[in-house]
Amino acid sequence: MTTSPPDTVMIARPSRRRPSHPHRGRRRPFEPYLLIAPTVLLVAGLMVVPVIIVIAYSLFDNVVTNQNPQFVGLANYLTILADPNFWNAVGNTVIFTVASVVIHMIIGVGFALMLNSKLVHKVPRVIFRAIYILPWIFTASVVAVLWRLLLDPSGVINYLLRALGILQEAVPWLGTPATALLAVTVINIWSGYPFFMISLLAGLQGVPSDLYEASRVDGAGLIRQFFSVTLPALRPILFSMALLDLLWTTQQFTLIWATTGGGPINHTEVLSTYTYKLAFNSYQFSLASTSAVLILLASLFVAIFYVRQQKKASLF
Amino acid sequence: MGKEAQRSFKRSRWMLGAAATVSAAALALTGCSSGSPSSSNNTNQKVTLTFSQWWAPEMPSGALQKIADDFHKGHPNITVKLISAPFASLQTQTISQAASGTLPDIVGLDGSWVNPLYKQGALYNLTDAMKAAKYDDSDLASQVAFKGSTYMIPVVNFVYPLFTNDAILAKAGITTPPTTWSQFTDDAKKISQSDGGAKGWVVPLGTTNPNGAQNDILSWAWASGGSMLKNGQPNLTGNADVTGAVNMVKDLVTSNAVLPGANSLQETDKVTNFINGRVGMMVDSLAHVTTITKGAPDLKFTVSAQPVKDGYSGTKGMLTASWGIGISAKTQHPAQAWQFIQYLMSKDTNSKLSTLANGFPGNKTSKPDFTGADPHFQAAFGIYQKSKPVNEFTGLPAADQLMTSFLTEFQKSVAGQESTSTMLQNVQAQWKKQF
Repeated sequence: MTTSPPDTVMIARPSRRRPSHPHRGRRRPFEPYLLIAPTVLLVAGLMVVPVIIVIAYSLFDNVVTNQNPQFVGLANYLTILADPNFWNAVGNTVIFTVASVVIHMIIGVGFALMLNSKLVHKVPRVIFRAIYILPWIFTASVVAVLWRLLLDPSGVINYLLRALGILQEAVPWLGTPATALLAVTVINIWSGYPFFMISLLAGLQGVPSDLYEASRVDGAGLIRQFFSVTLPALRPILFSMALLDLLWTTQQFTLIWATTGGGPINHTEVLSTYTYKLAFNSYQFSLASTSAVLILLASLFVAIFYVRQQKKASLF
Repeated sequence: MGKEAQRSFKRSRWMLGAAATVSAAALALTGCSSGSPSSSNNTNQKVTLTFSQWWAPEMPSGALQKIADDFHKGHPNITVKLISAPFASLQTQTISQAASGTLPDIVGLDGSWVNPLYKQGALYNLTDAMKAAKYDDSDLASQVAFKGSTYMIPVVNFVYPLFTNDAILAKAGITTPPTTWSQFTDDAKKISQSDGGAKGWVVPLGTTNPNGAQNDILSWAWASGGSMLKNGQPNLTGNADVTGAVNMVKDLVTSNAVLPGANSLQETDKVTNFINGRVGMMVDSLAHVTTITKGAPDLKFTVSAQPVKDGYSGTKGMLTASWGIGISAKTQHPAQAWQFIQYLMSKDTNSKLSTLANGFPGNKTSKPDFTGADPHFQAAFGIYQKSKPVNEFTGLPAADQLMTSFLTEFQKSVAGQESTSTMLQNVQAQWKKQF
């Protein structure tokens, strides 16, 4: 029996509820998993697996350089926590981080207010914006080289301070135990404030002008306007940025390594340089992993705060 | 076949295909990484060897590639692929590659990395490779061995003589470079007190790259025949040579006869300050002669042996750093890898390589070609031939950490926090933990 094509073609009426999927009949149950597989693989391969490996390393006597590592439980944690150099690094990290974050914030707010001010003409405002953002363009290695030259005993800063009569003798800022931590903190502040400045500038531009007008009608001066209108409006941005900066500054490595290497006499030793030395100077990869896990725990603590803050912000 | 059955068949086929692909990839990967090192000793097989090193960036452009190409002409079945990176990044890269089992077939090695790599079991026993190739190693100037077996061969040696700026010395009334510790100390102080504003010496004590400990402090003891080791163990306490060297450097730092800011200076700062005329003397790698002559073409300087302890008349030690070479324990082609090393260590190639690198050959019968070279090289080669090459940090465990501990304690000593003997006791205690 043969069949011939029909003379008329019946056109199906489209569903009113939703358009039919072209491959609906062939949908495979694992298709959604296939779609998210690249992301899952990337996250697992680049984050989860390395973190698990590092945690596992911290539980062995030594790995990488030892072909038959032995499980030692929490012994490495006890060794690290009993090491005075670790606590010295913790102290330096706290000073370096807190000072950097607070001053980043102050300078960021100050410069953002200046760039947002109607008192400054548009052209100089654009020029200042370009100049102020410069430190953020340089990589940490370039910043380190630049500041090593500036802070050199025969460099520009010592020359100016001596010419102004502030110093009698040139100071090796990075090589003197009393000034080295201050010097690296100043360098970090210089290289990091533009991020705050630009983000806060964007925030300031979003503050409704009605609020300022209303406050002026109520008799508020500039200072009162700043504390009652500007700061409350910027608070969510400031909080998020402070937490992010806290995380980034805690992990700062290149700048310190390229300027002082943690010296002199461990006065600029921070957790990142301490961990690096354990791994690549001493080849104590298990102890380095232990130190890294402790840093991870501290970072997680800050990260949880950050996520909670973001969740709260998204509710409003 | 029903539609459901067709779908099921397609799904199964897709899954089988995926499984086959994954299995093939896994097989290919395991095949690449876990074969027996001696599984391919057939030298007639066409192979490509990878060779990681920092040498190419430090040689004239394309020079090392030319050597690899010349080797390929003589050994058409072997191609050497260069993997070049700056020295600073290659150390961490090499240790990480060794840990993950992905070390290139042939590895450029520094004396401070060889110990951890050996402990990782990442290096091939070169004594075995030499035996298999029936190679006579009597021409090799030195070898780095552990438990009687060689794991690194120094290919080119770089010496660290004393550089003196003729004009600055003349201005301070000094006619010839110092030859003893007391002359050196006096000259450094004289230069620092003269009108030019230059300092006598530059000593980098920064810990980012802590080799100031070997190049600028302990090298004084080695030059005078001293040693920091005894029976392979640290021997710093009660060691007259080491104590004398530490005291001499400490005296120069505290009497402001060295460039200020020593605690944060690095090896590269020596060259820039010497070129700029800020220091009269430095102990530095001869390889930097080209940098100096390019940076300051009019600068007149002299290269001489590092001064020795007053009254010392034995053979002078001369600090050397080497471009070392080794073979990965995971290589599939140890015989071919050895052939390349043998080629690099042959008389003519080693002469060519050391000439291009501004260093001295690792083969005793090779001689650098001084034709058209800076006269300082010939002068230094004369000193090298009369001296004993020495670097006691080569092959030591965690050499960088040993140097960092030494410098940190030395900085404390200079700051007046501890005496020289306490400093050396503390360093000794810290070193013993590493040994």
